[in-house]
Amino acid sequence: MIPAKFDYERPSSLSEAISLLSSGGPDARPIAGGHSLLPLMRLRLSRPTLLVDIGGLSDLRYVREDGDHLAIGALATHDDLARSAELLDRCALIPCVAEQIGDPQVRHRGTIGGSVAHADPASDLPAALMVLDAEIIAHGSNGPRTVLATDFFQGPFMSALEPDEILTEIRVPARDGWGSSYQKFQRRAQDWAIVGVTALIESGDGITGAAIGLTNMGGTPLRATAVEQALVGSSDPDGVAAAAAKVAEIGTPPADENASSEYRLHLAEVLIKRAVAEALS
Amino acid sequence: MKPISVNVNGFQHEADVEPRTLLVHFLREQIGLTGTNIGCDTSSCGACTVLMNGRSVKACTVLAVQADGQSITTVEGLAENGEWHAVQRAFHEAHGLQCGFCTPGMMMASVSYLKENPSPSEGEVRLALEGNLCRCTGYHNIVKAVLTAAEEMADASAG
Amino acid sequence: MATAEKFVGGGVPRKEDPKLVTGQATFVESITLPDMLHVAVARSPFGSAQINNVDLSAARTAPGVVATFSGEDLADEWAAGLPMAWPVTEDIRIPDHWPVTKDVARYVGDAVAVVVATSPSAAKDAVELIEVDYEVQTAVVDIPSALADDAPRVHESMESNECYTWTHANGDIDAAFAKADIVITENYVQPRLIPSAMEPRAVVVQPVPAAGDFTVWSTTQIPHVAKVLFSLTLGIPEAQMRVIAPDVGGGFGSKLNVYAEEVLCIALARRLGKPMKWVADRSEGYLATIHGRDQLQEIELAATSDGTILGYRVKLLANMGAYLQLVAPGVPLLGGFLYCGTYGGEAYHFECTGVFTNTTPVDAYRGAGRPEATYAIERAIEALALEVGVDAVEIRKRNFLPAGENVPSPAGLAFDSTNYEENLDKALEVLDYEATKAEQADRLSQGSTKLLGIGFSTYVEMCGLAPSQVLASLNYGAGGWDAATVRMLPTGQAEVVTGSSPHGQGHVTSWSQIAADALGIDYQDVTVLHGDTHVAPHGMNTYGSRSLSVAGVAVNQACNRVVDKAKTLAAHVLEVSPDDLEFEDGKFSVKGVPDRVQSIQEMAYAAWTAHNLPEGTEPGLEAHCVFDPPNFTFPFGSHVCVVEVDTETGAVELLRYVAVDDCGTIINPVIVEGQVHGGIVQGVAAALFEEATYAEDGTLETSSMINYLVPSAAEFPSFELDRTVTPSTSNPMGVKGIGEAGTIGSTPAVINAIVNALGHLGITDIAMPAKPERVWQAIQDANGDAS
Repeated sequence: MIPAKFDYERPSSLSEAISLLSSGGPDARPIAGGHSLLPLMRLRLSRPTLLVDIGGLSDLRYVREDGDHLAIGALATHDDLARSAELLDRCALIPCVAEQIGDPQVRHRGTIGGSVAHADPASDLPAALMVLDAEIIAHGSNGPRTVLATDFFQGPFMSALEPDEILTEIRVPARDGWGSSYQKFQRRAQDWAIVGVTALIESGDGITGAAIGLTNMGGTPLRATAVEQALVGSSDPDGVAAAAAKVAEIGTPPADENASSEYRLHLAEVLIKRAVAEALS
Repeated sequence: MKPISVNVNGFQHEADVEPRTLLVHFLREQIGLTGTNIGCDTSSCGACTVLMNGRSVKACTVLAVQADGQSITTVEGLAENGEWHAVQRAFHEAHGLQCGFCTPGMMMASVSYLKENPSPSEGEVRLALEGNLCRCTGYHNIVKAVLTAAEEMADASAG
Repeated sequence: MATAEKFVGGGVPRKEDPKLVTGQATFVESITLPDMLHVAVARSPFGSAQINNVDLSAARTAPGVVATFSGEDLADEWAAGLPMAWPVTEDIRIPDHWPVTKDVARYVGDAVAVVVATSPSAAKDAVELIEVDYEVQTAVVDIPSALADDAPRVHESMESNECYTWTHANGDIDAAFAKADIVITENYVQPRLIPSAMEPRAVVVQPVPAAGDFTVWSTTQIPHVAKVLFSLTLGIPEAQMRVIAPDVGGGFGSKLNVYAEEVLCIALARRLGKPMKWVADRSEGYLATIHGRDQLQEIELAATSDGTILGYRVKLLANMGAYLQLVAPGVPLLGGFLYCGTYGGEAYHFECTGVFTNTTPVDAYRGAGRPEATYAIERAIEALALEVGVDAVEIRKRNFLPAGENVPSPAGLAFDSTNYEENLDKALEVLDYEATKAEQADRLSQGSTKLLGIGFSTYVEMCGLAPSQVLASLNYGAGGWDAATVRMLPTGQAEVVTGSSPHGQGHVTSWSQIAADALGIDYQDVTVLHGDTHVAPHGMNTYGSRSLSVAGVAVNQACNRVVDKAKTLAAHVLEVSPDDLEFEDGKFSVKGVPDRVQSIQEMAYAAWTAHNLPEGTEPGLEAHCVFDPPNFTFPFGSHVCVVEVDTETGAVELLRYVAVDDCGTIINPVIVEGQVHGGIVQGVAAALFEEATYAEDGTLETSSMINYLVPSAAEFPSFELDRTVTPSTSNPMGVKGIGEAGTIGSTPAVINAIVNALGHLGITDIAMPAKPERVWQAIQDANGDAS
């Protein structure tokens, strides 16, 4: 219940934060809401020697329109995302996912930056960023750089972030007119997803564009590209069902106490159908 | 040790804390407000829920140093001028508690939620309390209490 | 007494609440004493390991550390090992159970060393510095592997992992099976559950070294029982031990025990002469607090061709865990009389074998034996209904015991009060069974992927363990009585001292209602004192749904004795014979002369001043009563639930839950309903969510609230409750227990509903918990069989 000892700094600027991280050694970690890191620290499964608290960098907490993109500051909380008028208007998938994260208390504190940087394969937002072709902006001692979401997640709890880099912003293209859905399958409302399916669908005469993301179906969030390709052009439930069945092309998903690989794959197929139906409605 | 200054229930507290001190331990052990309980070590049960700047947070998942400069409300700060909050009254009147251990957290989560959604449905209340576990009441009367409190608060603001 | 009931039967809001809703309660963790030290325990990470060496040197010199001890260092502290009070057979194997183990660790969580430090964080930091040289052995974590011929033994000194075998029989079981047209044989698994009271366990001990006295604050359901057992374990005279259960945050059986950390803190306080405190983290509590259930059941029913049950034969294997905690061997016995449920029959045979494994000890968890028994019979009767080809309701009605008093059961008990058919009919009415069945049929015929299932459970249970002589015949180590003292204070209020020890049940409120009516005073004028052995010297405490039907009745009887004495005083003042007085609403009046009146409050004052008492009467207006009931009480009820099964995912959602319980006379209907609500959720949680699992090496996989799925409000609907009222004959108030009924009735109702939803596929059973994959897999298997 009590974390192991660590040092704590609260920088007043991003550059100060980066230099603290750079000089803080391999076990220095940034913290914002702390809802990924503190639970691990309390069980002493994680033992950073230095926490660099960027929670006070309030200019990193925003959601704003930027032309045909939306820019989301790393410190925007899940609750901010769920309520953002800009997102609800132009990229409703993110609020739809955000409101299903954890529980209200978690959403009040947890931030998109922390959640994405943590790269938990069961986390809800990363797959949404994949289907949105999001750009993830990180600042390090060499200045800012941009990583595509598809390149960012490298394995369970492993991302493209360097130890001295801080995730500062996430940019997603507006998806005006696209339908979206997040189908999260769990046993209790507060639980992590056993399987989650994120769908972004554009439709006219049938489906004209589709992006399908999978949560907890592998070591990283995944795009179900075969499903996406098969969805485009389909216009009826049978076509959607046939497309959903192509989720098997991702290979064998992991097995754990909640689901075997076979069941996980089956759930993904069912949830894809439901997600597409909801996104179309 | 780090110096912090936290407003708790309207009073400003200055203290030196170890960085690893959790907000809930600061509240209970350093300033002696023991009404906020600790029910788990995985941010699951919600017993330690308090308001931080008016919104529910789990005080076991916030470092005391992170609360520096912030405003915290605990169950001890819920009543105003000696008069119970509508949520406290409703929990009492609807038998929304038995052993009472989850109750402070359950009430703080409810107070926060009713600010966000003053007239919720039963299903919305149930979902809003997804992060608070109770082992005694079966939730039936907790949900009833929150709905009752919502009505009472609506009546009070209308009147 | 002719006093009208003003408070009994009313849902008055609880007196307990004000401090609890304002944060002013005193839970053990909130108790801080001057110069207090903090205790942390090093625990075995291995299910089975030889301990070659415990190196405390690094821990001992860590910042803030005052002392460190291995099991060997503490060996002289114990006058006896941790107590087990229910040796159910003469030849039961009882292992040594030391608060800190010395040479072998027998489960993950077994205490191997202890640190005392000036702060909780210093103590926990130092625990990490303890180096234990373990030699890991093969663990056995489940019953079948523990019973295998070549199984490693949990206790090396024993010949096998069998703890005991206990048998109970009534009637000629072989004859019943010989003449049966139908024999149903069913096997069920009762998963291991973790009680998960919201308040983790904690203990604070204050020694007074100069006097040799100890005050212990513990998160316990049983302060009085614990006081006796602390004394015996530590060799401290009982009179120097005071045990206080302050506000206690739920128990459900998990605090009905004497735990290592309790006696450890007393021993450390004795050794170091300073106050000690230990508080469990939740994850630590999951390892070191008893678990429940974990049984394998085989039940056979012998029946005629029309489904009339003739006999019941049950074989049970019960996991005890690594050691025997307080009443562990007896838990299966509490179910051992109830495998015939609410039904009749000629013969009954029950056999149970307790089994040691390298797991956390198992003991009484809400219902203790009765949920398991009820599950088996309520599932098996569904199998019988299928075999006979009748409806779930019909098969039950064909077999119900008749309505009446002191009705003999096939297991040989006398059920105080039975009225099963009327009770079930009421549930059917609340449910609207026909309409629900019609909707179920509609969905099925329309090919819906969201199928409805309707599940029934009609239960009878036994609570208020009694009388004491019967408990002796079961080798139970304590009596079945409870005590109350009622005293009128000179200013006219009443003080009720009870031997029960509530931890959420609302005894302060209910006992106030009882006393207020019996004494004819206002409910607010009653104070209830409990949970402190210095204040309430006698008690058997709170477990097994016994408090109202034993301790509550004692309160009522003590009140009656107070009224009797007050009447003699009133007669003296009024200069009439006591027989000439009537008592109503707290006033003694001369029959036929209503203005010649003395109130009970006036008599309280008169008894205090003692200025004018009848010859030979002692001052004071107080009475003590110890009630030892002549029989258990046997509450019963009908639980019906409607579930929706998503056939695409296997997810099960509870749509409706109807419970009609009969707990006899009701003191506070709101509290009774609250008990049922909470019980339902715990029982449904067992059916759908909760299961403690171990890896083969003895690691508890469900080690926290993240993966041990205590459900939230979001997983449940509101419940529909009704009742029948059939008074008990086991006590003069006609009351029966209600604390466990919800948990006992609900679990089989849910599984029956799921099976009912999928019956058309030929599915006849789903193991608990019915997690989505399990349900989905059953559907896949059934579809595979069909194609």
